[in-house]
Amino acid sequence: MDKLKLIIKREFLAKVKNKSFIILTILSPLLMVGLFSLIIFLNEKNSEEIRTVAFVDESHELASIFEDSKSTKYIDLTALGLEEARAKTKEFYYGLLYIPKNDSLVNLSKGISFFSEDTPSLNLLSEIENKLEKKIRDLKIEQLHFDIDKIKATETNVDIATENFSGEKSSKIGSLLRMAAGGGFGYLIFMFIIIYGTSVMRSVIEEKTSRIIEVIISSVKPFQLMLGKILGNALAGVLQFIIWAISAGLILTAITYIFGVEAASSGSAMSKMNPEMLQQVQETSANDLQLVLQEIKNLPILIMFFSFIIYFLGGYLIYSSIYAAIGAAVDSETDTQQFMMPVLMPLIIAIYVGFSVIENPHGSIALGFSLFPLTSPIVMLMRIPFGVPWWQIVLSMFLLIITFIAIVWFAAKIYRVGILMYGKKPSYKELYKWLKY
Amino acid sequence: MKNILTVENVCKKYGSFTALNNVSIEVPEGSVFGLLGPNGAGKTSLIRIINQITLPDTGTIYLDGEKLQPHHIQNIGYLPEERGLYKSMKVGEQALYLAQLKGMSKAEAKKKLLYWFEKFEITDWWGKKIQELSKGMAQKVQFIVTVLHAPKLLIFDEPFSGFDPINANLIKDEILQLRDEGASIIFSTHRMESVEELCDNIALIDKSNKILDGKLNDIRQHYKTNQYEVGLLCADKEAVFNQINSKFIVENSKSPSFNNDLRLLISLQKGETSSDMIQFLNNKAQITHFTEVIPSVNDIFLKAVANNG
Repeated sequence: MDKLKLIIKREFLAKVKNKSFIILTILSPLLMVGLFSLIIFLNEKNSEEIRTVAFVDESHELASIFEDSKSTKYIDLTALGLEEARAKTKEFYYGLLYIPKNDSLVNLSKGISFFSEDTPSLNLLSEIENKLEKKIRDLKIEQLHFDIDKIKATETNVDIATENFSGEKSSKIGSLLRMAAGGGFGYLIFMFIIIYGTSVMRSVIEEKTSRIIEVIISSVKPFQLMLGKILGNALAGVLQFIIWAISAGLILTAITYIFGVEAASSGSAMSKMNPEMLQQVQETSANDLQLVLQEIKNLPILIMFFSFIIYFLGGYLIYSSIYAAIGAAVDSETDTQQFMMPVLMPLIIAIYVGFSVIENPHGSIALGFSLFPLTSPIVMLMRIPFGVPWWQIVLSMFLLIITFIAIVWFAAKIYRVGILMYGKKPSYKELYKWLKY
Repeated sequence: MKNILTVENVCKKYGSFTALNNVSIEVPEGSVFGLLGPNGAGKTSLIRIINQITLPDTGTIYLDGEKLQPHHIQNIGYLPEERGLYKSMKVGEQALYLAQLKGMSKAEAKKKLLYWFEKFEITDWWGKKIQELSKGMAQKVQFIVTVLHAPKLLIFDEPFSGFDPINANLIKDEILQLRDEGASIIFSTHRMESVEELCDNIALIDKSNKILDGKLNDIRQHYKTNQYEVGLLCADKEAVFNQINSKFIVENSKSPSFNNDLRLLISLQKGETSSDMIQFLNNKAQITHFTEVIPSVNDIFLKAVANNG
């Protein structure tokens, strides 16, 4: 046991002291923040820029819709005529909207064009199109002598409330939350397995190529070394994720602090609204927040937490011992290719199946892949927030543990033979032979 | 004499390949034991079994009278042929780690490491990484790590590879000193002259079988062919040669004959004694030199392996 502790400690320190680990751990949150800030900054800059759009409305029907907005100003150049307006726009403005003269409302929508130096922004175009469509529709309704207000009164907004048979209310926010929770956990395990499995493999190959392996296993059992390596790397990974989680929390707080000021300033805009409206706004946002909190409470948090730990451990141990065996079987990282594909395949399938499973969490595909031990750590975790029958969870975990024991046993066999084999590029047949040594 | 290590009837197969076939050896306490054999003979397999890296299929091993058990690891020091250290780890940390894996406490390991580092005058390497050291320097560190926990049994597989002659000598002296301090040493090498210098006993393994073992002196006596090298001072070398040739089986010695000095190798047949030969030679010329040719370990090695077919 003491030796195992020593090995775990060494593997952990070797990983953590590694420059690339330090850089990755510190730099990636900073990079994320930088990227995030850059996007926000660019967005702000973009929206600060005010475009001036000129228009020539020869129909004299539509000019009223062109109200200045935060990012767009409209200038009426109808008086100048198309040719002159074009010349002027080319010199001073972003673009020119031309609405030709038309004898009937039916044809009003035809022949409208937009002139600009550069390709116009799609947002702007669709904004203008929307305005025009709405106005022309209103005009047509008017012409038909319908009461616009009455027609508006027929417009309805449907929000289907969902509820399961045991009476728990759910909502779209709820399923979104479930998707996020399940997908997040599944993806986390996927990333962790790939990053730290590969790291275990590299560490095994390093011991082989530096030829220290024989010195070490004359002091400890190969299995102890393999286990210590797997656990040491896992600890380093957990440390990295904790650092990321903490820095994400700090950064989020910082961002809300910085941008919270702006939210407050937009709040002052709210105060300009009449009290009735204000109350309404507050009520809806309070309702939403309550709903989200309610939904979070509705999630099977305890089950999610425990199953995350079990599937995380099971999945990581299964895959990292396979990675360790691969590392032991080869002489250099370039030789690992032929063995990597079969290992990555179930993981990638699990992720793909997982994301379709969130759409239909109780289908037969979902069930199958959440029982199959090589995909269950990812797929089952994605299903659990939606509620999974007990027997399925128990069966899946049982299969996972059985497979875990079997794979670790096989991997250890290949590992103990492989670490002492040099100069051979092993085939699968060879690996099978090693199992019998 | 008491044996530190007894290997009894060990067999080891890898699939259909037999690595060791019923091999038994005995290593007397306080001696240097040479484990010899061509490449692929099974030496490393045997050494790995002694180190409990692999288990034998059948057969028993006793260390210091006890059946080999996991805790015996700390009584054995092993310097493998394929050796190395963690390249990006610091020398001191690494040595401490390996010593602790052998069961030493950290404080004890540090104390002993300082002793050895001072002895080898490498104290200033403590904070350096292995990749900053030359191969020979790394080998020194490796040697220290092997002997640090003062094991009863030391196993060196090609210990001199990677050392220049000066450092090889240093290591050789250290090995002999360790033996004088009571350690027993198994020594596996291809360099036969170092076997002659160091070993008290040898075992020769070829094609998975032990084909020869015993005290080095006994084996050399056993392998001698009754051949003598003689030096004669004579004027007419050709005449003397012909006279001797008519009575004995003679060939020219490998060491050259200068001036009047004639060097010959004379082999005695059954029934002929060395005193007969001296008498005969004494009548022909003045004898300046007379030695029995004892075969070198190298010759014995080649001959035994050739006989094993």
